[in-house]
Amino acid sequence: MEVSLYPGCSLHGLARAYNESIEAVSKTLGVELRELDDWTCCGSSSAHVTSDKLAVALAARNLGIADKVGMDLVVPCAACYQRLKTAEKHLKQGKPVEGLSIKYEGNFHIKPMPDFLWENVGEKALRERVKKSLKALNPVCYYGCLTVRPPKVTDAKNPEDPQGMDNVLRSLEAKVRNWSFKTDCCGGNLALTRPDLHMKLAQRILDMAEEAGADCIAVACPMCHDNLDSKQKEISIEAGKSYNVPIFYFTELMGLAFNDPALETWLGRHTVDPRPLLRQRGLI
Amino acid sequence: MANQKTEECPVIGLQGASCTGRSVSVLNSSFRKQVEEKSGEKVSACYQCEKCTNGCPVEFAMDIAPHKLIYCVQLGLRDEVLNSDTIWVCASCETCTTRCPNGIDIAHIMDSLRQISQSEGIKASQEQVPIFHNAFLSSVRRFGRVHEGEMAAVYTLRSSGLKGLMGMAGMGLDMFRKGKVKILPHRPNKQVKDIFRAAERKG
Repeated sequence: MEVSLYPGCSLHGLARAYNESIEAVSKTLGVELRELDDWTCCGSSSAHVTSDKLAVALAARNLGIADKVGMDLVVPCAACYQRLKTAEKHLKQGKPVEGLSIKYEGNFHIKPMPDFLWENVGEKALRERVKKSLKALNPVCYYGCLTVRPPKVTDAKNPEDPQGMDNVLRSLEAKVRNWSFKTDCCGGNLALTRPDLHMKLAQRILDMAEEAGADCIAVACPMCHDNLDSKQKEISIEAGKSYNVPIFYFTELMGLAFNDPALETWLGRHTVDPRPLLRQRGLI
Repeated sequence: MANQKTEECPVIGLQGASCTGRSVSVLNSSFRKQVEEKSGEKVSACYQCEKCTNGCPVEFAMDIAPHKLIYCVQLGLRDEVLNSDTIWVCASCETCTTRCPNGIDIAHIMDSLRQISQSEGIKASQEQVPIFHNAFLSSVRRFGRVHEGEMAAVYTLRSSGLKGLMGMAGMGLDMFRKGKVKILPHRPNKQVKDIFRAAERKG
């Protein structure tokens, strides 16, 4: 199976572990990810806050490239996904794009990484690759805001209770917990501009994961990962309660189940070290 | 003056925004029209059900709750809206937009309000927020892709000065050790630069 990939800027920096684990599990699954040639930034939140036209044009440029390739486009980052979907709706209505001449056919689907793995690669292929059952692990799946909201843009089937990541991890036999905080906001870029607010939002998500009986959180977005993983020490000091919750990219857990030799490298990039939990559960 | 008290508006509960006196009796609809035109959203369709506010994750940090902000736009309370914390604290999580029973894209209205406020040169109540967005977009304009390290350094320098930048050094080094910092930026992209130029011309 061959698809286009729009990695987004963070996968080459902050979210290197996500990029590496995506590459590794795709290889195991026999999926050829073709990174879009000469892709550029989708504009993220900063563009739509600043100018609607800029936001559409920056994202549309990448859809123009994907359109020429003509294969389905997989997007690992939630913010990139929503910006590309916004531009897709704009282009499909035949509206012009400021500063960019673009001919758009749009005969391809744009998909978040978990949905692609579940719907296109499928349960059978996932189960066949499992070398190590994850049944000792109790994750909750955290989707964040922008792969689901707003549904008129994202085309999410179940925006208040998405299932893609839950399904993928259940097929690896993980004991995925149900909870109601799947799509609550982690604070997004408030992490830089209002760290006080970001820490409150992150703390609430960590608390709810604990209440749901989870021992870790699985995510599918670079910003969600960093916002939940990187400030637990500061949150602990602020709250007077110790937080030490491992935050996994869900593709890292796939790599764990597939017994990928590069797992150590990915986990070494985390702020909260997930290895003690995995050792305790006999998984490494 | 001792006898000049700021009244609290009984409807929106906002200090100094007296809708019993000046505003409600003579509705100022030009601001509402400006916002509706810019956003393409029908602000007047809001009937104050408060679903947006009830779902908002950062409402606790806002000075005007989202449903009240929409009401302020309906009333034409331009200064209160454009100077509010609310428009800069909003995290763009889009919960309000998703749940509005009248299909109002409230998160998009927040964008339009920020844009109006910036184009009119109003000082943002959370000054660091536009500084962040500018640092992000400058990086994209220069390199085609955002260079996180450079963007974070520029943002920190502009929002908290050299001292802030020094304070960030430890965290930066730690991230570098963990391989989370891309060393070299991407190469400049002509099309991206053209897009920025066009957006600047058309606003």
